[in-house]
This record gives sequence, structure tokens and C-alpha cells, in this order.
Amino acid sequence: MGTRLGKQTIRLDSRPVIQAWAAIVGAKEGQGPLRRYFDEVVEDEYYGEKSFEKAESKFIRETISKILMKGNVSTGDIQYLFAGDLLNQCTATSFGVSASEIPYFGLYGACSTIAESISLGSMVVEGGMAERVICITSSHFCSAEKQFRYPLEFGNQRPPTSQWTVTGSGGVLIGSAGDGPRIVHITTGKIVDMGITDANDMGAAMAPAAVDTITAHFTETGLPDDYYDMVVTGDLGEHGKNLCIKLLEENGINIKHCYNDCGTMIYSPEQGTDCGGSGCACSATVFAGYLLEKLSRREINRLLLVATGALHSPTSIQQGESIPAIAHAVGVEMQQN
Amino acid sequence: MDKKMTRKEYMQWSQKEAPKTRKGKNMLMAFLIGGTICTIAQIINSFLLSAGMVQEDAGTVTTLIMIFLGAFLTGLNVYDDIGRIGGAGAAIPVTGFANSIVSPAMEYKKEGYVMGVGARMFLIAGPVLVYGIVASIICGILYYLFA
Repeated sequence: MGTRLGKQTIRLDSRPVIQAWAAIVGAKEGQGPLRRYFDEVVEDEYYGEKSFEKAESKFIRETISKILMKGNVSTGDIQYLFAGDLLNQCTATSFGVSASEIPYFGLYGACSTIAESISLGSMVVEGGMAERVICITSSHFCSAEKQFRYPLEFGNQRPPTSQWTVTGSGGVLIGSAGDGPRIVHITTGKIVDMGITDANDMGAAMAPAAVDTITAHFTETGLPDDYYDMVVTGDLGEHGKNLCIKLLEENGINIKHCYNDCGTMIYSPEQGTDCGGSGCACSATVFAGYLLEKLSRREINRLLLVATGALHSPTSIQQGESIPAIAHAVGVEMQQN
Repeated sequence: MDKKMTRKEYMQWSQKEAPKTRKGKNMLMAFLIGGTICTIAQIINSFLLSAGMVQEDAGTVTTLIMIFLGAFLTGLNVYDDIGRIGGAGAAIPVTGFANSIVSPAMEYKKEGYVMGVGARMFLIAGPVLVYGIVASIICGILYYLFA
């Protein structure tokens, strides 16, 4: 029934299984180094729809279909859907999931949503309240720019700390039984706000949250810092990744050898994204595309996913407020034979 | 998170670690792009003058043509690239002003012609207009009083 290990961490004793996963991305992500790990690359930024918002909903809808197909289940087999996105009131998800008629919890954790949804989904499975749940998130470069920054055709210059919102959707099917990567530990983040007010410097805003959660994870589980084959943060980007490594070292945690960040993995430097990728889909597609594939092929056996989120709004930024950040960690492991 | 570091210390440290703006390159590109835009305007102006237009009219027509070009290149999805490279060199000339009005108009077309295009068109240019007009009123009053 799960064991509480500390203030932020629990261990799931039934070890819920990630039975299926899927990731669909946009054209730019499809040109990146992880291209071959994604289920589909959509070249059209409108995805055949009339607006970017509708396109984002379609990303979710199609990813859910892919997950169901790969898991060989139908919508009737899914008891809950845990999902969210970046748009106001999470409308991309609400429109995207409406046709599926699966009972739905809408979540907002900004770019940390995939780990938040997996945390809650696997707790529900662990507690026996559901046999199968789907946890999914999305983001779209064009709809996010519109909401958080400037119109697409406005000729402004990007500061060097800025990041590029990933277009796409990634999600997983979590069930109580079966083969596949298993969710073993969950460390839920708390808000960490170090006073960064620049919305173009989200790496610096989120790095302390990632450090806080990773430190809590290792302290509360008592695991050695070489336990995981990979520790991957969500979307700190080059700048935030650098800060994160240095802050962790100050806390006495040395994971430099196995640490990476989804934001720095999804694009190659010559793609002109400055510090790298961001957005809900950044960690979601890298996790559901690349990382779970590596786990299932047993190229790695233990993974700690630490999805990071910057919980500001355009209004809070304009009013000069600092950026509240959060990071949720999920420990995923292959069954040892 | 290490509690030893205060917010202020963290902000200073993270800024020190941040990738730096390439000021030299940016200034050079702003000079080249801004200079090119102004040279094009000068060519148009000289042409209009040589065609027999008086100085004042030629200036107005040149500005109109440049506004058209800025708006046209925005519609062709080109001006954002010019702006990304040229920075202030592309933002300061009147072509940049046209870009700042046309780009939100394009973006918000989906929200309708009244609440979308109409209401959001001056999202970026609005403050420039407001304070430009306020400044000109103040100048006008000062001119009236002291000239």
C-alpha cells in the first residue's frame, strides 16, 4: 500500500507498471537528435487545424490514441486521466480529451506536469482505486509564445538565457500489472522561489527547485547518489543545468556522471534554441519517447525523472513578482531478474 | 536547496553564471541591418526627389513606402527573422513599428476582427503611441510658452 519515507517521498510497494507510452512532436523537435525515438513527427504546425490551440489539443488526442493502441486497450479500460498543459485554464487538454470520455483530473504544474500526473496516477493505482490510468501533457511553441511572450511574427531578439517551448505531447499508461518499467519512488516538490523575476531566465528560476527535490529524494530514501543510471531534470536548459550541478555539489550530492536535462537533449545546439527546450512537452516527450525506450531495452535500469516547472503567469511577471518554481521526482526502475 | 545562499546572493551568482549577450556582434548587426533599412529609404527618397517631388512630400511618401514594406515583410514571415538578427537596428526604424502592429494583428485574427485584431493590434505599439503623444503635447506646451 505504499510507504511514507519522509516529508516529501513515498515508496510504492506494488510498483505500478508503465504499460505503454507514446510521444508525438512537431517539426523542429523532429529535426533534433532524438528524432527516431518519437512515435510521430508532425511537420505542419497547425496539424491540419484552424488554430495553434486546436493543434495542441490534437497532439493530446492523437497521443492518447497511440497510447491506447500500443497498450492494446480501449478508452473503457482506463479509469482516470491525469493531464494538463500550459494554456490558460488548461484548455488544450480539456478539448483534447473530451471525446475520450475518460474520468479526468486537470492538472497545472507548468512544465513539471508530466511528473505531477505520473505521481498522482501511480498513487491511485497503488491505492487500488484504478487498474489503469493515463498521464499525459502537451505544449505548443506557437500557443505558448502567444500566451507568455510576443506575437510570432514580431521581430524581437531572444536573450541568451531564453528557451524554446517544445511542440508535442507525451504520455504514459500506468497499470497495476504487466511487464515494463515500474514506478518505485515519488518525491513531491514544494515551491522554491529564489527571487528570479526574469521570465526569460527560467533555468535559473527552476534550478533551486530541482536541487531541493533531488536532495530530498536522496536524503529521504537513503539511496546512494550513484544508485541511478540516469538522473534527468525537465527543462532547466544549459544555464539551469550548470547551476543545478553546482548547487547539488554544494549539498554533497555528486550525480554529474549520470545527470542530464531534457531541455538540453531534445535540440541540437545549431537549432538556435539558445539554452534549449522547455514546456510541458519537453520532459514528457523525452521521457515517453527516449527515456522509457532506453529503460525497456535495459540500456539503463534505474531512472530518476525530475520534471521542473516555473509557476508564473504573464500577469504576475508584469506585476514584478518573482517566479515560484517546483520540481517533482519519479523514480522508475526495471525489474531486476 | 542550500539555505546558506540568500535570494540576493543567488540572483547575483546565477547572473554571473548565465550565458552572456554578445554585445559586439549584436551592435554590429544592428548597425548593418539598421543601416541597410535607412539606405533603402534614402534611395527611395532620392528617387522621388529626382522625379520632381518636393522635399516635404518625398519624405512623407518615403515613410509610407517603408511602413508598407515593414508590414508586407511581416506578412511574408520575413521581418521576425530580420528582427532576430538586427535587434534594435530592425526595431527602431518605422519598418519595425509597422511590424509591431501587424504581427499582433496577424496573431489575434483567430479571436475575431473586433476583440482580436481590433483590440490587440496595438498590444506592443500602444505604449509607444501613448507616450509619444504625451511627449509631443509637453513639447507643444513648452514651445507655446517659451518660443
